[in-house]
Amino acid sequence: MLHFELVTPERLVRSEEVYMVTVPGTEGDFGVLEGHAPLMSTIRDGDLLVQRSAGAVPETIAIRGGFAEVNAKGLTVLAEHAG
Amino acid sequence: MASLKALKIRIGSVKSTQKITKAMKMVAAAKLRRAQEAAIAGRPYAERLEAVMASLASKVGVTEGSSKLLAGTGRDQVHLLVVATSERGLAGAFNTNIVRAARKKAEELEAAGKTVRFYLAGKKGRVLRRFYPNAIAADHELGQHKVLGFDQAREVADDLIARFEAGEFDVAHLFYAKFQSALVQIPTGQQIIPVSVPAGSSVEMANDGDATVEYEPDEEAILAELLPRNVAIQIFRAMQENAASEQGSRMTAMDNATRNAGDMIKRLSIQYNRARQAAITTELVEIISGAEAL
Repeated sequence: MLHFELVTPERLVRSEEVYMVTVPGTEGDFGVLEGHAPLMSTIRDGDLLVQRSAGAVPETIAIRGGFAEVNAKGLTVLAEHAG
Repeated sequence: MASLKALKIRIGSVKSTQKITKAMKMVAAAKLRRAQEAAIAGRPYAERLEAVMASLASKVGVTEGSSKLLAGTGRDQVHLLVVATSERGLAGAFNTNIVRAARKKAEELEAAGKTVRFYLAGKKGRVLRRFYPNAIAADHELGQHKVLGFDQAREVADDLIARFEAGEFDVAHLFYAKFQSALVQIPTGQQIIPVSVPAGSSVEMANDGDATVEYEPDEEAILAELLPRNVAIQIFRAMQENAASEQGSRMTAMDNATRNAGDMIKRLSIQYNRARQAAITTELVEIISGAEAL
């Protein structure tokens, strides 16, 4: 499972284990699964798709402004606005 | 000696004042808890952002082409002091302390031959007008917002960055009160533009083995986007610290006021009782001496 964190300046919105997250990157959307290579990307305003398990219907979280970071610990999305 | 009636009125008025200060103290205590929670909730974002900034800045380095927010304008003449204060008074020495810290810095800078301008965020910083009537760059009121959100911080930051890019100032300092406890708030000043990158955390990040990290678009582009965001975040943090400090300071001030009112009521009651007793004694003496005269 992938450890996924969504943080805004006001609070920690999500911190959970999920299957896959699709992030709206500035240079195109990218999906993050467990064991993804380290990556840092800015994001454009758009929807974050969170799949709790393989094949599950993705949950949509609208985010605005920020960046995403993938490291050994998982995926962290820092957004100015979420939800 | 004051008349009985006057004393009674006085006691009544002190009592109602005490009720107000007591209520204000309770409200401040409730708000303090909320402000503290908000400040704690905002911590993860600030920490992550700072770590990322540090690792990027150490990687990219300061070159000719770097953003002015990082490298500065190359001058050190005009200093802008951003003074973040509260919108309301009756919070003890909270606002006074912040303004005092800013004035001290201004005097230091002026002694060193620099030009000082002020940027007021919050109504209670306006006292600075009295001391520096011609150096107020802007007066940003936050009163219409009940809860300070990130958007307000963003507004201030965008305004600041626009002014910076227009060449209105070279260095910006931010003044606010750091929250330590309900009793202790520390007036703090820190430089926000150009961005000073913490050196300590960059070493830690470098050991993280992030040499293989892929950047999208590239390091410099990400850094350029993060720099203005960092200014907004620092202002937001200051606002949150300020909000907690303000409530803490008010709580302490109102607690003192309530206690003072209690002491005063006690003193006035004694005075009142004595006056009453004196009046009774006088009356008795009059009656007795009248009876004896018959």
